[in-house]
Amino acid sequence: MTGLTRGSVRPNQWLRNLNAKIASIPMILTALVIFVGGTAWTVVYSFTNSKLLPRLKFVGLDQYERLWEAPRWIISIQNLAVFGFFSLIFSLVIGFVLAALMDQKIRFENTFRTIMLYPFALSFIVTGLVWQWLLNPQYGIQSIVRSLGWESFSFDPLYDSDIVIYGILIAALWQGTGLVMCLMLAGLRGIDEDIWKAARVDGIPMWKTYVLIIIPMMRGVIITTLVIIASGIVKVYDLVVAQTSGGPGIASEVPAKYVYDYMFLAQNLGQGFAASTMMLLTVAIIIVPWAYLEFGGGRKRG
Amino acid sequence: MKLRSLVGALAATVALPLGVAGATDLEVTHWWTSGGEAAAVAELAKAFDATGNKWVDGAIAGSGGTARPIMISRITGGDPMGATQFNHGRQAEELVEAGLMRDLSEVAEREKWREIVKPSSLLDSCTIEGKIYCAPVNIHSWQWLWLSNAAFKQAGVEVPKNWDEFVAAAPALEKAGIIPLALGGQPWQASGAFDVLMVAIAGKDVFEQVFAKKDAEVAAGPEIAKVFKAADDARRLSKGSNVQDWNQATNLVITGKAGGQIMGDWAQGEFQVAGQKAGEDYTCLPGLGVNEVISTGGDAFYFPLIEDEEKSKAQEVLASTLLKPETQVAFNLKKGSLPVRGDVDLAAANDCMKKGLDILAKGNVIQGTDQLLSPDSQKQKEDLFSEFFANPSMTPEDAQKRFAEIIADAD
Repeated sequence: MTGLTRGSVRPNQWLRNLNAKIASIPMILTALVIFVGGTAWTVVYSFTNSKLLPRLKFVGLDQYERLWEAPRWIISIQNLAVFGFFSLIFSLVIGFVLAALMDQKIRFENTFRTIMLYPFALSFIVTGLVWQWLLNPQYGIQSIVRSLGWESFSFDPLYDSDIVIYGILIAALWQGTGLVMCLMLAGLRGIDEDIWKAARVDGIPMWKTYVLIIIPMMRGVIITTLVIIASGIVKVYDLVVAQTSGGPGIASEVPAKYVYDYMFLAQNLGQGFAASTMMLLTVAIIIVPWAYLEFGGGRKRG
Repeated sequence: MKLRSLVGALAATVALPLGVAGATDLEVTHWWTSGGEAAAVAELAKAFDATGNKWVDGAIAGSGGTARPIMISRITGGDPMGATQFNHGRQAEELVEAGLMRDLSEVAEREKWREIVKPSSLLDSCTIEGKIYCAPVNIHSWQWLWLSNAAFKQAGVEVPKNWDEFVAAAPALEKAGIIPLALGGQPWQASGAFDVLMVAIAGKDVFEQVFAKKDAEVAAGPEIAKVFKAADDARRLSKGSNVQDWNQATNLVITGKAGGQIMGDWAQGEFQVAGQKAGEDYTCLPGLGVNEVISTGGDAFYFPLIEDEEKSKAQEVLASTLLKPETQVAFNLKKGSLPVRGDVDLAAANDCMKKGLDILAKGNVIQGTDQLLSPDSQKQKEDLFSEFFANPSMTPEDAQKRFAEIIADAD
């Protein structure tokens, strides 16, 4: 593109990096038509009484009123809140601790890293089934402990309405922490060795170095990890289907499953769209302020 | 040399489909995958193949709830199969209204379906605006209590003759380490069991007022309150089933680990596959032994509109094959369901099927909930009852209030 910059005329902003811009047109169109267009279409049709096939017959907020009156939706939201809160905290904490341990120049680091990361290579369906068996009182952990002689031992979270969501949480953590660990480990490796040396010279204890120096320096990695975990939480579906199918009763239902069930099983697109619009809204409430702080509002960060 | 034989083999695979070009392949999707069901569907395939066409089996595992979305999205998405199973009634209503399904009136007239299909409500469920859109293949009734004779023997009590005796016998079963009532975790099972209790305890009239007329006052009234009391009993008795699929629950009864199961007559296919005999190894109580009424829901085949002329012709052949007397007998004996025509000979029918045929002949029939309620209301009902049966802290009164709301909103 040197031809454009010849002479003293300032190059047109729009024509800079023309090749790159042309190359990204398909992706821009995909994003606009499929993501934005599809989202808008869904939101519009959530105000209609579409049943099996989409119909433009508006009924105002009826679908939303019904949604928020449905006990199953309320339970789904509560489950998502509990699942989200604990899975965010535990996967970050466990992932970071594992990474910090792994960073102590231990022997067989590669082996450990591979073992930790293996669960992530499985699909949620497989993870769900494996944990369904492990948590089954007749074959799993409970029966093994009992066969060791501890007769009164009882551990069957998947069959207890009150704690079933924690049974799902265990499986999610087993699968997800390996990835968090790897991301964190990459972050730790990116910290300059000299910082550690300086901290040691100043006699700062190791835990203090981590909390006060290293973690603030890993801000970028932590934010990326947060986004990855959070998106995984909102869309959790297959794990629940494989482990409990929402049971016992409706005790482990999640919003994504509500959307699917009402769109396809109940043949009520309007209701499903209303539910998915609420999910979008939830994500937007979390993401928009964060994105504004991170990318907008002046460029304070280097 | 090696290459040439490879080419030869390839050529042979190309020639193979050409050789049978006279026969038309028709893909048929259905959700009949348990042992008894698969044996029954093989009979249909055999009958269709005998007409010189080819049945391409498109079984979708995981019961209707999993299969229907796949079928519907294939039809609406422009990749229709040759024919597909639905429970006739309202599941395919909108597909028909959108003009995606084929009108079978011509075939029906030629083959005189109006005269041979009994009860006529079956064909009515296939009829939308005067045109017939599906071929009913069987009558399935929900209203059965299946009992394991061995389980009651082990517990040292008589095999009950009705629901009340069953509830009374439950403590003895429990003492012997047997789960009184097997109930799978799939939501439709809980919802169906409740409907059965309703017909048995409150009777046919109340059932019709609630589900056909959608009378919310009756649904909130004292008759239904009694039904919820019975459902509360059933919930207590089913504790500890810990299985998901209906056939796993049936298996608990077959193996004598559970005393009984409220399930439709498709359960009978499982008893047959296990080699058990009606009356000796297991007992069946239609209408829970209280109110001998059966519902006449069932399965039907729908035919999506297809441009291809050959395939359209094959669709007609399949539709008429399904209602042939021989097909009806062969299929229904394996399936454990009742034939849709009154003029076929079911001499080979077992004890339980004969009971069903008797009730059918007496005309003690009601329409099934699939025929009366939209899938949307059905789903809401399933949500309610799967919660009710899994959550002992939910009182029958609360559940009834929510039930009445669903009926009030039903369309």
